[in-house]
Amino acid sequence: MNTTFKSHASLLLFLFSLFLFVPAAPAHADELTDQINKLAEGGFNDRQKMIEALAATGDSRVVPALEALGDGMLYQQKLGGKVFIVERAGSDFKLIDPVTLEDAGKMPKSALEKIKVNNRLRRTVRDALGGLQLNSKNAADRLAAAGAVFQSRDPEAIPLLDAAIAKETKADVKKVMLEARAAAVLSSDLDENAKLEAIKVIEERSGRDSRSLLLNFANTAEGKLKTAADESAGIIERSLAAWAGVQNVWYGLSLGSVLLLAAIGLAITFGVMGVINMAHGEMVMLGAYTTFVVQDVIRTSYPQLFEVSLLISIPLAFLVAGAVGVAIERGIIRWLYGRPLETLLATWGISLALQQTVRSIFGPTNQEVGTPDFMSGAFEIGQMTITYNRLYILVFALVVLAALMLVMKRTPYGLQMRAVTQNRSMAGAMGIRTDWVDALTFGLGSGIAGIAGVALSQIDNVSPNLGQSYIIDSFMVVVFGGVGNLWGTLVGAMTLGVANKFLEPYAGAVLGKIVVLVFIILFIQKKPRGMFALKGRAVEA
Amino acid sequence: MTNFIAGALGIRSYVFIAVIAAIIFVVGFLNLAVPETSSFYMSSYVVSLFGKYLCYAMLALAIDLVWGFCGVLSLGHGAFFALGGYAMGMYLMRQIGTRGVYGHPELPDFMVFLNWKELPWYWYGFDMFWFAALMAVLVPGLLAFAFGWFAFRSRVTGVYLSIITQAMTFALLLAFFRNDMGFGGNNGLTDFKDILGFDVQSDTTRVGLFAASGIALVAAYLLAQAIVTSKLGKILIGVRDAEARTRFLGYRVEHYKLFVWTLSAMIAGVAGALYVPQVGIINPSEFAPANSIEAVIWVAVGGRGTLVGAALGAVLVNGAKTVFTGVLPEVWLFALGALFIAVTLFLPKGILGLANQIMNKRRERQATGASAQPQEAD
Repeated sequence: MNTTFKSHASLLLFLFSLFLFVPAAPAHADELTDQINKLAEGGFNDRQKMIEALAATGDSRVVPALEALGDGMLYQQKLGGKVFIVERAGSDFKLIDPVTLEDAGKMPKSALEKIKVNNRLRRTVRDALGGLQLNSKNAADRLAAAGAVFQSRDPEAIPLLDAAIAKETKADVKKVMLEARAAAVLSSDLDENAKLEAIKVIEERSGRDSRSLLLNFANTAEGKLKTAADESAGIIERSLAAWAGVQNVWYGLSLGSVLLLAAIGLAITFGVMGVINMAHGEMVMLGAYTTFVVQDVIRTSYPQLFEVSLLISIPLAFLVAGAVGVAIERGIIRWLYGRPLETLLATWGISLALQQTVRSIFGPTNQEVGTPDFMSGAFEIGQMTITYNRLYILVFALVVLAALMLVMKRTPYGLQMRAVTQNRSMAGAMGIRTDWVDALTFGLGSGIAGIAGVALSQIDNVSPNLGQSYIIDSFMVVVFGGVGNLWGTLVGAMTLGVANKFLEPYAGAVLGKIVVLVFIILFIQKKPRGMFALKGRAVEA
Repeated sequence: MTNFIAGALGIRSYVFIAVIAAIIFVVGFLNLAVPETSSFYMSSYVVSLFGKYLCYAMLALAIDLVWGFCGVLSLGHGAFFALGGYAMGMYLMRQIGTRGVYGHPELPDFMVFLNWKELPWYWYGFDMFWFAALMAVLVPGLLAFAFGWFAFRSRVTGVYLSIITQAMTFALLLAFFRNDMGFGGNNGLTDFKDILGFDVQSDTTRVGLFAASGIALVAAYLLAQAIVTSKLGKILIGVRDAEARTRFLGYRVEHYKLFVWTLSAMIAGVAGALYVPQVGIINPSEFAPANSIEAVIWVAVGGRGTLVGAALGAVLVNGAKTVFTGVLPEVWLFALGALFIAVTLFLPKGILGLANQIMNKRRERQATGASAQPQEAD
């Protein structure tokens, strides 16, 4: 190699003058560089030997060069014979030293020649890389390598895997390696018992790709192996179906928790007080905008508090929306008690005015509300993924509901509230200030809608129209669950959420929603007061 | 009939009919006979705008019939209006023929675009005007009948009924947004060319449509007036004010409600059918629940249970909307919101109700010594 290098020295000088800067490889990597340079020599057979030789070094520095070779991004200079990893940079190639990964200037395409690979070589490269990666110091690399072997099912990887498994200390990586080995065993010519064992391993791995692997294997296998593979594929299939069901339930509960959050406040104002509050959605929106403002202040003034921005927003959103609620009740709604249809129209007017207020202040566009770290990301259970923000929202919705129930059932204020709802004049005769109870109850319902806004700002666009998209759903939940019954609201929200998600795969998202709406319309015909209707004389009042 | 005209039509009705007739003639004259250079000339845009108001007035009339006289607050009448509009839109689409962008003789452009090979069955017959006109009445009527049959039979009343009517129009909104429904998806139906062989863009057609809207409005008014002043109307008012008592008196309340509800939906359908050729487009946003609620406030502004007031309210509110959204677009929603609140708080009987009150007071003052409290005319 050195001789070639020298004989072209004068030409190289000429190239230097043309391209100003092509640094020579550092001396300490010489031996490896030489080996990589040899990749360009000879035919495909020679190249394969060189790849294997490179893999045998066990040196992780050869990985980039091999990857580039597999991707067809390894080129040889026509003059000088040096090999580089290239990156496209306009019409030129950017050269990267294959060992040190240092920038080695640019060159036009015409001065370079691609080192050709065929499919057989690509496989060799992949295996070589797999073997190298399997022995990597980084656990994530080893995991990825084992995963790659599972996909390629190359029997030749078995000895490599065996060696790696023997050394492996981490249980989860080892498990993946064993699974990869099982996959490789199935496509090897090992004996029946080894394969039966492998089938069991893959069956335990479960998942869609395990199933297709087993089915593929069953197509070619015979006798005992075939039945075993078919059986295992069936078991996986059933577990997959079960997981899909579980996943749907989870999605449904997640949607249900959103509906629940949006509807809890309405369950108070509409369910308990009987006020048709069409501005309910706007209370949710106010909560979401409170979150936005809190985060804005935190970003500019106290960036270290960002992680707790939502916790700060919750009480503030409650106060903002609650205060607006009390103002609405004192200013408008109290004049309209006993005239539900007029209340409906007046609160619709309020909702228009609130929307336009927010639009005038913040503009019509969506506002960016950030997600704190503890709410981002996801984890896996079996075959399904659960994102943290959805999980937190579900928990949060249940906590809010529980807190509200405590207030209703265990505090003097809750007692007064229920008394006023059941018999206003009697409650007044007992010395309860019914008008204040009304105002506070409406404020409570509105405040809870505000809290819901904090949570919904994490999963929905914060825009002036935010509330509009929830108002119909919220009413459906409350009416479906039974007016004046918080448990009904919980069951209603979760039922509708799950029903929606189970319909979606068959009918599509939009049609699913339509079906649910039609169902509710029909349901109300049958049970006009919802699933869990209040009974007794109070209902008729 | 003569009996009815002499007995039932009060002075207000004659004024209403006379005003509509006058408007039709004046608008037609100003648009067609006055030269374009004159300052009295009325552009075709304004003619269509007024035509739109008349259609809204008809929708308001339909709502007033069920809400004002039967106590059924519908938050979904926009759905019937839009369905009537779609029926007319389908006729107008079929009239385009080969003049569409793709020049397909049968399929509307959006179907060619979606790669549909043949007309869906529910588009059959819409190339004939009479069929489309029939459907503009029948489809809303049938939907209302089915909906009302279930709802009234199971005694869904008050706000529950309002909320499910809202759910109904919301469901239709979602449905019509779907491309595979075959109604043009979110673009709806537009680019109309001809109606009954006349160019929809021409001045004479526009005035003709305007006049048709006015006539339809008067016809709907006469029909509604005939109903509310008949014995049937008295029962309807009984249902409105004391449903349970009316039932105990032996009337089949749900039948009366269903009749007037279905009729109201049909009137709304006709209004929608007249609306579409004048605005030149029908799309799913007409189903938006907000539209239906807005229509209710027209009635409330004009005066619930007055019929004339409903029409008046529709024209006033929409006129204000046109002015506001042109001059101060950001103020319009405030104004509309304030209107909702102010009317419910301070004008529970609407503008006409206020006028009645003032007139009654004056009469009271004139008739000194009269012992009986004056009755409020509804």
